[in-house]
Amino acid sequence: MEILKTYKLYIGGQFPRTESGRSYLVSSLAGEPLANACLASRKDIRNAVQVARKAHGAWAAKTALNRSQIIYRIAEMLEARKGQFIDELSEAGFGMEEANAEILSCIDRCVYYAGWADKFQALISSVNPVASSHFNFSTPEPMGVVGVLACQNTPLIGFISQILPIIIGGNTVVVLANSKMPLSAISFCEVLATSDVPGGVVNVLTGSIDELLPTLASHMDVNALSLATVSNMPKVFEAQELAIENLKRTQLLVHDFKNQDAQGMEFITDFQEIKTTWHPIEQIAGGAGAY
Amino acid sequence: MSTANWDLDPSMESTAIVQLQPKYDLFIGGCWQKPKSGKYFATYNPADESVLSEIAYGNQDDVNLAVEAARKAYNEVWSKMSGAERGKYLFRIARIMQEKSRELAVLETLDGGKPIRESRDIDIPLACNHFFYYAGWADKLAEAFPGQKPTALGVAGQITPWNFPLLMLAWKIAPALACGNTVVLKPAETTSLTALKFAEICEQAQLPAGVVNIVTGHGDTGAALVANQDLDKIAFTGSTAVGKLIHKACIGTSKKLTLELGGKSANIILEDAPIDQAVEGIINAIFFNQGHVCCAGSRLFVQESIASKVIEKLKFRLQSIYVGNPLDKNTDIGAVNSKKQLETIEKYIALGLEEGAEIFQPTCNLPSKGYYCKPTLFTDVAQSARIAQEEIFGPVLTIQTFRTLEEVVQKANNSPYGLAAGVWTVNGARIFGLSQQLKAGVVWANTYNKFDPTSPFGGYKESGFGREGGRHGLSAYLQFKN
Repeated sequence: MEILKTYKLYIGGQFPRTESGRSYLVSSLAGEPLANACLASRKDIRNAVQVARKAHGAWAAKTALNRSQIIYRIAEMLEARKGQFIDELSEAGFGMEEANAEILSCIDRCVYYAGWADKFQALISSVNPVASSHFNFSTPEPMGVVGVLACQNTPLIGFISQILPIIIGGNTVVVLANSKMPLSAISFCEVLATSDVPGGVVNVLTGSIDELLPTLASHMDVNALSLATVSNMPKVFEAQELAIENLKRTQLLVHDFKNQDAQGMEFITDFQEIKTTWHPIEQIAGGAGAY
Repeated sequence: MSTANWDLDPSMESTAIVQLQPKYDLFIGGCWQKPKSGKYFATYNPADESVLSEIAYGNQDDVNLAVEAARKAYNEVWSKMSGAERGKYLFRIARIMQEKSRELAVLETLDGGKPIRESRDIDIPLACNHFFYYAGWADKLAEAFPGQKPTALGVAGQITPWNFPLLMLAWKIAPALACGNTVVLKPAETTSLTALKFAEICEQAQLPAGVVNIVTGHGDTGAALVANQDLDKIAFTGSTAVGKLIHKACIGTSKKLTLELGGKSANIILEDAPIDQAVEGIINAIFFNQGHVCCAGSRLFVQESIASKVIEKLKFRLQSIYVGNPLDKNTDIGAVNSKKQLETIEKYIALGLEEGAEIFQPTCNLPSKGYYCKPTLFTDVAQSARIAQEEIFGPVLTIQTFRTLEEVVQKANNSPYGLAAGVWTVNGARIFGLSQQLKAGVVWANTYNKFDPTSPFGGYKESGFGREGGRHGLSAYLQFKN
């Protein structure tokens, strides 16, 4: 007899059940029952944000090279387990070709963003030639904790395309997974858990967007939001309004993430602040020095 | 403590150079148009409460006409012009501003109350330089964003504050025009005159009609601008409360938004700091422009081991601060911008006393007419005190102490704002360590309140989003196709 997997949440590097003890039935595209997923609660969101905040400092303090290698490690782990993901998608009703394409794009996107980790800074930093005797430079810094409403049209490529550019820049995330197709995202967390991504950097909840999104959008310790489009757009506008209370930086993503072009440095820099630092320069020997 | 007699012979700047009309209309589509509202309001000199001029009170109809004019100029002229040609107009504007710099400086001081030394040496030169700087970007946008195919947004609605009227106009209009947008600008109601002078400069520069439109008025005029359906961009500098209202009004629209809002910036003095320089830095951080500065260093954190020495030196230094007529070249602190703002500041000073903090103000005589406030220090301030948490926007400094760097990072970051921070120490590694930890868009190390067109400015958290200045400032007025 087959051993069925229990799909849980992913918070702080662990797989807890929702504190609410609730679940909902996830079905395949054809309507066949697949599994019960956690129907996460608002309390789960608050726990996840707390954990994400705690993880942020150490993650942001890691060297960019280190983050690069960790994201590359995700690609390695996903490659090794791609059969599992393709099977999971095909059980969910996707054709083999489509499932295969989705997972290969996911791996490619991991490799793509792994490579950005220690490069985007050089492209958006600047040393500014101020008209006074100061050394002045601008560099990017992560925003902090980012709330993500994952793409609701794809099981995994949207999810990955949203979270990788955010975490590669040193942010941590709390993600509301695709509500109808949450299983791949939760399975992907098993990859994260074995890829040296520190616990708390990525936290994933499954459940009702209508129930959870307002709590995530209004949480005062969330710094930014990445919002995918959903069928119920007024809910997204409501989230944008709630986000104003502490001026979360909010990005509305309208991309088709299956598209090769739905990647780029701007997906990273949209979740970076620019900090400018000034320091006086002492003028020695008229400022020119001696050759 | 010595209380020397600092009475100086007045050294008054002449106002003869300023040519003001008794009444100003709206500058729309390259012409001066009477407001559809039919209303005008007086603008005052806060230094003596005299009326300087009457200016038009724009309403929704006026705003809509201005946006139409800007749209027409965008479609028919500005979007078709090469970047190089746009740049030439901006260079020309910068040059005419330089030629009129004395008149602009005196007018800025008359209308806003800031010391003539500051408007002459800081506001006006920086405003001119901002146009000169962005002029040069107009034909280099593709190089600024390689592979991203930058293009203009269209028509921008811009709302500026009263603390740096012409400089904030420059921060808004120069990058917008360089990127190929046309604009409708609503200046603050108490300080519209240099914006109207700027409109005259646009006329003299023969800038195509409708590229720059100036609609004067009060808050409801600004709200009308934000509500206009045909804008592609809103840029606002002002209070966090108003910024949030504007943000809300933009949701569900295609308007791109940048907000530069309030602050409660920490200025941190470590025990190894050069103390005399740090004291001057503290003074400049909080009393520059009467403290009407969004990035003012209004929360001072002094390491405990040197706190009594620093506070003693600050009190001594305060005795020699000259508060008085802004036109007097001796003046350090001029007039508070408006009666309303003076009342706000006085409310906070009273609140500080209620909260149990200890106040220090120097003994000095304030002019009998006009709106003035003594430079004010508060010691024994609790971290939770409202005077240490809320933006006062006046010459009021709260002083707190700390023992460890961890403690001061936590205290400094414990604010909904994140605009700027100051760090004073001779230890280079410590400067980098602290500036990385401080959640602020600008960090001044061993200096404070320095600004430059090439240097991006803007906040973290509730101090707003987007940057103004430098290459980063261009993105606020561009869209990218990739």
